[in-house]
Amino acid sequence: MNLPIYLDNNATTPMDPRVLEAMLPYFTQKFGNAASRNHAFGWVAEEAVDYAREQVAKLIGASEKEIIFTSGATESDNLAIKGVFEMYKEKGNHIITTVTEHKAVLDACKHVEKMGGKVTYLPVKEDGLVDLDLLEKSMTNETILVAIMYGNNEIGVIQPIKQISAIAHKYGALFMTDAVQAVGKIPVNVNEDGIDLLALTAHKMYGPKGIGALYVRRKGPRVKVTAQMDGGGHERGMRSGTLNVPGIVGLGKACEICYQEMEAEAKRLSALRDKLQSSLLELEESYVNGNTAHRLPHVANISFKYVEGEGLMMAMKDLAVSSGSACTSASLEPSYVLKSLGLSDDLAHSSIRFGLGRFTTEEEVDYAIAVTKKSVNHLRELSPLWEMFKEGIDLDKIEWAEH
Amino acid sequence: MAYSEKVIDHYTNPRNVGTLDKSSHKVGTGLVGAPECGDVMRLQIEVDDNNVITDAKFKTFGCGSAIASSSLATEWLKGKSIDDAMKIDNMDIVEELALPPVKIHCSVLAEDAIKAAINDYRIKNGLEAIESEKVHH
Repeated sequence: MNLPIYLDNNATTPMDPRVLEAMLPYFTQKFGNAASRNHAFGWVAEEAVDYAREQVAKLIGASEKEIIFTSGATESDNLAIKGVFEMYKEKGNHIITTVTEHKAVLDACKHVEKMGGKVTYLPVKEDGLVDLDLLEKSMTNETILVAIMYGNNEIGVIQPIKQISAIAHKYGALFMTDAVQAVGKIPVNVNEDGIDLLALTAHKMYGPKGIGALYVRRKGPRVKVTAQMDGGGHERGMRSGTLNVPGIVGLGKACEICYQEMEAEAKRLSALRDKLQSSLLELEESYVNGNTAHRLPHVANISFKYVEGEGLMMAMKDLAVSSGSACTSASLEPSYVLKSLGLSDDLAHSSIRFGLGRFTTEEEVDYAIAVTKKSVNHLRELSPLWEMFKEGIDLDKIEWAEH
Repeated sequence: MAYSEKVIDHYTNPRNVGTLDKSSHKVGTGLVGAPECGDVMRLQIEVDDNNVITDAKFKTFGCGSAIASSSLATEWLKGKSIDDAMKIDNMDIVEELALPPVKIHCSVLAEDAIKAAINDYRIKNGLEAIESEKVHH
């Protein structure tokens, strides 16, 4: 077992060696521009791109003509939200999203507001799921787009996508989802799920960084987005720029492997995750954040009360995990996702996200359990809050000097 | 962000962790910070009849820099007179631990904790609290 152990697979994943192998020829020998229509170099590149398009489409139950390659999910989110707004603003100017979306979605929505659009940011329930009644009540004649993520990056909760898309369609709106964390981890099918636009990226599913895709529905309804970059009119005019052929080949291969191995992998990872979670919940005053019944198989977000997340991560220096506490910024603001579940700031500061992945072993999980337990206990020995809790002092009744 | 060696040392082997009897008139306790902000420090001093700090203990909820700042503070306090302890400046802590700008608030908190502990001791012993002229925030 090599240290440190990587348990931050929601941030990014290592590339699968099979993906790298598929990509390599496209850097040196098969380097052609996929848009070069009049020689063999271009044809070879184009053929590779076409094949990758099929691999990506197959994983999400789409047609290859509906896949637009981008630089990643941030670009896909921007293209979907701004592109739909610009294309459909004559029809209406209202977009609905949630407060727990990724910043790429939230900030694209803020941009839409600057362009004169109206955006509703739905709160989520305590378990992180969208309130469907509230969504339906928020729909208006002006609503052109509902943008709600598939699986959350911080807590892993999976939204009721079928019901959400049905509500959007009932009121004549399109449904877009940022499915970065879900695609390749759980079955996602654009037709069964009623998805009109979907953002995905390669580096969260063992592919390379810098390549992603936007699914744009072609039939029932035919969806169009206004291009956000001017240029050669690649990707059916929706995304100009010379295609990143090696990246696209890598994305395709990553999708193919996920398609073949996802079911077994999800089973293995959820068993490991459950082991990790139940062992860590043996610690007093530890809590899982977010819904556990509707959750991605590889994620557990746990708060260890009376211990500060960043301090805890320092104790667990052999584990690469992520904390909901951001003590480095001037504002000392903890995670907005955890806060929107109604978590108090101190519990949000005490949270750790464990993200397992394809290459996580049981031995690593056992090590992580031992290190986490030891670190939490060590820091509680140092924590005045833990001592006060043990003495039965109600911390909420103390007048803290906020600084 | 990488931590300095001294921060890691204090964090891994914190000095003077513990609790003094806060009901004793020889003991001053300072509790500063707030759980919502992600750091709370409790610093205690024990003072002898010559106004010299004979013992110091801390407990801290917070990041590595906050723990290191309070650990260092207890080390510096031991053996100092109350007057000298009042002179400990947060920038001394910043310098000693090589704290980056985003972690300066940890040193400020440690200085606040020292002053709060001293004032708690003074009030307990019928003296007036000393107002700090420094404005940090």
